[in-house]
Amino acid sequence: MEPERHPMDDLLREDRLPHIWCSGCGIGTAVTCFISALLKSGLDLDKVAVVSGIGCTGRVAGYIKLDSFHTTHGRAIAFATGLKLANPELKVVIFSGDGDLIAIGGNHFIHAARRNIDMTVICVNNFNYGMTGGQVGPTTPVGARTTTSPYGCFEHPFNIPYLAAASGAVYVARWTMLHVRRLERSIGEALAKRGFSLVEVIAPCPTNYGRRQRRRTGLDSLKYYHQKGVIKHGANPRDVDIDLDGEIIEGVFVDIEKPTFSDFCQEGLSRAMGNRGP
Amino acid sequence: MSRRGALSGEFFMMGDIACAEGAISAGCRFFAGYPITPATEVAERMSRRMPEVGGTYIQMEDELASMAAVLGASWGGVKAMTATSGPGFSLMMENLGLGIMTETPCVLVNVQRAGPSTGLPTLAGQGDMMQARWGTHGLYEIIALAPSSPQELFDLTIRAFNLSEKYRLPVLVMTDAEVGHMTEKVVIPPPEEIELYPRRLATVPPEEYLPFKPDEDLVPPMVNFGQGYRIHATGLTHDERGYPDTADDSAQWPLIQRLIDKIRLNKHDIIQLEEDGLEDAEVVVCSYGIAARTALWPMELARKEGIKVGLLRLITVWPFPEERVRELAGKVKAFVVPELNWGQIALEVERCAAGRAEVILVPHPGGGVHKPERVLEAIRKAARR
Repeated sequence: MEPERHPMDDLLREDRLPHIWCSGCGIGTAVTCFISALLKSGLDLDKVAVVSGIGCTGRVAGYIKLDSFHTTHGRAIAFATGLKLANPELKVVIFSGDGDLIAIGGNHFIHAARRNIDMTVICVNNFNYGMTGGQVGPTTPVGARTTTSPYGCFEHPFNIPYLAAASGAVYVARWTMLHVRRLERSIGEALAKRGFSLVEVIAPCPTNYGRRQRRRTGLDSLKYYHQKGVIKHGANPRDVDIDLDGEIIEGVFVDIEKPTFSDFCQEGLSRAMGNRGP
Repeated sequence: MSRRGALSGEFFMMGDIACAEGAISAGCRFFAGYPITPATEVAERMSRRMPEVGGTYIQMEDELASMAAVLGASWGGVKAMTATSGPGFSLMMENLGLGIMTETPCVLVNVQRAGPSTGLPTLAGQGDMMQARWGTHGLYEIIALAPSSPQELFDLTIRAFNLSEKYRLPVLVMTDAEVGHMTEKVVIPPPEEIELYPRRLATVPPEEYLPFKPDEDLVPPMVNFGQGYRIHATGLTHDERGYPDTADDSAQWPLIQRLIDKIRLNKHDIIQLEEDGLEDAEVVVCSYGIAARTALWPMELARKEGIKVGLLRLITVWPFPEERVRELAGKVKAFVVPELNWGQIALEVERCAAGRAEVILVPHPGGGVHKPERVLEAIRKAARR
């Protein structure tokens, strides 16, 4: 008898499984939603590229059976910018974590959004540096205990949707990984969008973050998301900060049309150069 | 002159411009950079020329991003380049390592200025030669070329692209502010006379393809993203499938050995030297770039004094021409090494001479070029041994 195959097996590098993620981690669910959205997208999968940075979420590129690149820490978006501009046929997806994209890669994040490069960024936010053992990060809520904020975090965190919207993203959504159907739909919408789209995925990291905030298991975090998640489509991104124990506002916050970098290039060059171009 | 494609003909051209035109003649169709003196003219020229030849120019937010974008473009199937100077070169070290590890063909031009730190932005230096060799962390071999004229900046930029495709790694063009800002005659041959090394694309179907399984010359054939091979590449230590293998040193051994050997065992193909008067030389001036050029006049003066002095000009600096220097060390009294730093390539010459010939460094902190009398004095001193 043929062994049963999971419907997503074709898009996973089975020979690399099992993955490195801990029990209760939210990254796997984000990957499932992504693959599911991809399968429904109608995209030519030979033309989809996944680019990751470094960290737990940075490992996503290595498990997905598509053209995929695992870059240096923080540089996924910069690498992806070159890849997309060199081959505009590609649908380029950046799949990485909050530390990678928003701290060490923060500058590339805001500039790619500003330029409106046609790419989809899926940012898994687990509020800490998981791979290195749970250090404070750019999204850690004030007061949260981590291995490098033993007395509580003293820094204001980035509100990622607000940062993306202010920088020029044309699509901005946030979901916890409890809300899988909505998350999958948002990833699908982001993939269909021309321009810089961002989906923030709030995910548990029970091993390194959750247990230090008295949410020891993945299930504790899911219960927390269930209790505190509030769906507000169209909410002003400036109002969606995440506190240590407060509400998590979710939804699609931005969905606008705007010329991309390549649109401007094409228009501007044909205007400026007339028939001088190739 | 056609405004559409690569140029050809004779031009009175600045070195930085010749570099950009060399890239275009080599088929470069992607440039990502960040403004920095004295390399800015390369970016400016590329911003004007890339659209004319159907390429892409993008000014990134910094040099970290520039180098990353160049790697991305290369995997997108386009020949790609960036140009920078000292401070930017330091930032590019991070993704230079990624380019080496993922065997990504591309070209990185460093129009060197005097450092450290911000140093002398508009004035020449050659202080980044060891950084070129060892600047990114870990173990590797690199290719670095050192042009000493605008013409050579044109020619070597093409060669850099060819070597990068042939050996699959980022190739460094280590020029300097003097050569980059020098304006001279540059002859650009018609495109059909320029030899280009095409990307070594895989010929086997996806199910048989292993992205990091090398050919006999230790270089793996490549595929571009979007070709349907669905490959994975990573900066982690990986096996022939491109999959991370980091539990112990079992993948590290063959990978690092191969990344080093693909350069070391092909040295004969990569190393290019200019030699003059070495047959009966007692003293060898061993130099590169602008420092080799400014040594020509004092060498001529020394010859008039009856000193048998020859030139060994390193057109390829890395990999270092160890065999040739060793061979000469057995025949000559001394090497004189003028360079715009406090002794970098001189250390390599010393290592290879291994005490069999004296090595006299003519240092310079950068910010100018050697005064002829300093080099002449060193040659005289060498001849008196």
